Amino acid sequence: MKKHLEAMKKAGLSLAIFAFISVLLVATTDKLTHNKILENQRLFLLNSLNQVVSRDQYDNDLLKSKIVLSTRETGFPRDTPLYFATKNGRLVTAIFEITSLSGYSGAINMLVGINATQPLSISGVRVLEHTETPGLGDKVETSKSDWILSFSNKSLQNPPLSKWAVKKDGGDFDQFTGATITPRAIVNAVRSTLLYAQDNLMKHYQDFSQKKSKGTIHE
Amino acid sequence: MSNSALDDIGVTVEPKPVADGGSCSAEDCKKITLDGLWHNNPGLVQLLGLCPLLAVTGNMINGLGLGLATIITLTTSNTVISLTRHWVRKEIRIPYYVLVIASIVTIIDLTMYAITPELHHILGIFIPLIVTNCVIIGRAEAFASKNKIIRSALDGFMMGLGFTLVLITLGGLRELIGGGTLLSQASVMFGPNAESWTWQVFDKESYKGLLLAVLPPGAFLGMGFLIALKNIIDNKIAQK
Repeated sequence: MKKHLEAMKKAGLSLAIFAFISVLLVATTDKLTHNKILENQRLFLLNSLNQVVSRDQYDNDLLKSKIVLSTRETGFPRDTPLYFATKNGRLVTAIFEITSLSGYSGAINMLVGINATQPLSISGVRVLEHTETPGLGDKVETSKSDWILSFSNKSLQNPPLSKWAVKKDGGDFDQFTGATITPRAIVNAVRSTLLYAQDNLMKHYQDFSQKKSKGTIHE
Repeated sequence: MSNSALDDIGVTVEPKPVADGGSCSAEDCKKITLDGLWHNNPGLVQLLGLCPLLAVTGNMINGLGLGLATIITLTTSNTVISLTRHWVRKEIRIPYYVLVIASIVTIIDLTMYAITPELHHILGIFIPLIVTNCVIIGRAEAFASKNKIIRSALDGFMMGLGFTLVLITLGGLRELIGGGTLLSQASVMFGPNAESWTWQVFDKESYKGLLLAVLPPGAFLGMGFLIALKNIIDNKIAQK
């Protein structure tokens, strides 16, 4: 019994030492790479945002002109970050970072840019993250197909609301051969975003600019 | 773990190295290389790491991506485990391997994210998958814990390469049958220049593609045929 205890002590102690060394190495790596990774994420997000609203159309710091809408407010499945692109203090484009859970596998995370025109029109849609089937559902990426570009300049009048669906559901938007679920999820999510923005966008922007002028949000 | 328990999970236990002398003679290196690439191939013979293997081989480029990430991890983990093999008590070796592998994977993940964010964006999803790849712990137990550093590193590299070749073949096979192309989406890994690499093997208009091949059942079927093919070749060689 004593021998066993002795062996257990030794084994436990050496495992603890190894664990300590491992944690130390991982923590050091994390420390060294943390800022660089944050910077990379920021650049990546900014790059994605700039695909939806081009750099020459706004003059504010996009990443800092951000509010987060709660699911209770929007009825969307996840919290929705909303970015305001302004020029000379006027709202040009609002970018919603929305999530759809109606895809074929997992959440589809995308940016929906909406021009503050009358009526509201789409400036662009880009998928940020998804786990759809390679070779089928992944045609929503710009690197694989330009399907997602077909949203540009669409509004709730063009096509009319009843036609905001994939062709299989009687709408105007193409689906892919062999994959309907992914395009349907995206078309429906973009439609709900437009509908939500139609009623609430100006209100959110006014709240945001009031807070900004009071200095609670620093640009 | 006894040898028979290891046999149960498909790990072939290497014979103890004869008199652990020398780093790696030419003959020895050749044996390790051939074992990794063919005789004891992790994908086709040991059948280790099936989960990531079946999951990502929807096309050739994805296979290559996971393969590269596996080669790096397997070589590093084999080296570290061989380096520390005299200090690790027998009772704690399994948790120790898990610790080493998880740390290495995390460190590689973070470093890649910081240094090459573009590559990380593509390989990023594969790196956490490597932790679930039992070929890594399999090689740690069956080889690196009993062999010198250079031999272990070579074994890790060759096993990784053998795994990569299976990934590329299966990925290519599924992509070819599923969509009639090879090397599609090479641009996500090799930059815009690679866009022209896509090789349209079957005519785009007339070949509709067999969806089944890209979906999960295609992975199992393709894998089965690859193993059968290897066995046929081995039998032919044995008959000669």
